Amino acid sequence: MPDSLPLQSEFKVNPADNQTGYKSFQAGSFQFSRDEYFAHISWPGGQHTIPADSFMRSLMRDVAWGFFYGTVNFDPVFGTTNYYGEVDMFAGATNEAYKAVGRDYTERFKAEDLMQIFKEMVSDWTNEGYDPFAAPMETGQAWGVKNGDNDEAVTRQRVTAKRMVGLPGDTPLRSDESGYPVNRMFADVDQGEPEVHVEPGFENEVSGYNLFAYLSRSDVTWNPSVCSVVQESLFCPTSEEFTLPVEHGNDRCEWFCQLSDEIIWDIKDGNTGRNRAKVLMRAGDIACMPADIRHQGFSNKRSMLLVWENGSPKIPELIREGKAPNVAVKF
Amino acid sequence: MSQYETVFGAIDDFKTGGVIAIDDDPKNYVFSNVYEVAAKSAPWERVAVGKNFEYVIEAMRAEGTSAWYSCAHDEFALNMDDREVTVELLKLDDPDSLVDQESEGGHKLAGEPAGRKMGWVKLRRGHMALLPVGSAYRFVAEAPACVLIQTIQGPETIERWADICQSVPMSA
Ligand SMILES: [Fe+2]
Repeated sequence: MPDSLPLQSEFKVNPADNQTGYKSFQAGSFQFSRDEYFAHISWPGGQHTIPADSFMRSLMRDVAWGFFYGTVNFDPVFGTTNYYGEVDMFAGATNEAYKAVGRDYTERFKAEDLMQIFKEMVSDWTNEGYDPFAAPMETGQAWGVKNGDNDEAVTRQRVTAKRMVGLPGDTPLRSDESGYPVNRMFADVDQGEPEVHVEPGFENEVSGYNLFAYLSRSDVTWNPSVCSVVQESLFCPTSEEFTLPVEHGNDRCEWFCQLSDEIIWDIKDGNTGRNRAKVLMRAGDIACMPADIRHQGFSNKRSMLLVWENGSPKIPELIREGKAPNVAVKF
Repeated sequence: MSQYETVFGAIDDFKTGGVIAIDDDPKNYVFSNVYEVAAKSAPWERVAVGKNFEYVIEAMRAEGTSAWYSCAHDEFALNMDDREVTVELLKLDDPDSLVDQESEGGHKLAGEPAGRKMGWVKLRRGHMALLPVGSAYRFVAEAPACVLIQTIQGPETIERWADICQSVPMSA
């Protein structure tokens, strides 16, 4: 971790507001409340407002990913940085203007403590019929006063295959019967499984599955899930529609291989938020996101993206110590 | 009829995007296209298109019948093309004598190794197969196809980044 900060231990869930029906929350000295259109965050010396739909989609990813790799910027001001066991919550810490005048603010938490309050928040602030994992055209509205809940959607478990999807005892394939119909934008994707011939005794090893069909049946967007594993090399394919809700500032290199259709990525500097590049990716394009940037993707037609992560716990420290480069390959 | 058309690539039909720099060097993104790499490769060349420390993604041009390979860890093959590629698997009688069990990456074997037939998997577009540790595998493809291999850098991995990657900014 870069600097030592005390672990915050104060957490509060306040009763539902008389007007909006939503609970408000406190973690350390960060306060969270929501109303019909917005999530409001305040901390000693500052406050910030994020539209409720955007906030809920980001909060949902941060929860589902367990704070993910590195920094999850909900927007240019507010976010979290994962130190794997401990996590920083910040306002302005990755924003050039806040930093320049010393108005950035960060507190550190035990990951499980902050996760607990985030889970309660995502549950309370999600209304019936709204699914923050879904593309906006495929779900209800995030807006309005408190109206029921959608805990079935917000407590989905992220898929993590141990070896490969479809192997006996590993993550199962998706089907109509198991509640994963083909998405409307992938109706033309071939659903045939590979022909497999197994000699007796090799059922656990001779195996294949249709990854593209599997992705065509994903009920979530921008939620990479582990589908095949070579030691720390994790293939995390995902289906993408509309925008990646967060600006992801990874603490290591992260690779994308576009499997279908097209995504355009907005690339900004990880520390300052200054724009650096756009990366247009079409089917078959493969590119590395350097370790010092943040990225946010836009996908009009629902697309299939292979996110490739190196899950080694040693990497962030190597990069911080300057022992590993921000760029995966020099040529 | 579907209202939406899902666009996939193929070894003989792909359209690439690129890095549109604002204040950056496109080389930082190590940008290539797996179909283009396979299209320009010799049969069975395994060209690194992604690398993260020791781990690589190789793009392989499948065409004809490959040599037999083995590996001291699992690998995975993903067919990116709409042309069939068959993976044949053998359980090796003595994997240690063929590939150092401490080694990494796919190793090409000389001739057909001794072992028992495990079976085969016929991969079409988007299909993935496990290439399990302790086995030998080979590929058969009647027409050229692009296959991605999830593995660790090894003796078969070819690095030709300057040839395959974008090095000047794309215009918007
Ligand atoms: Fe990312």
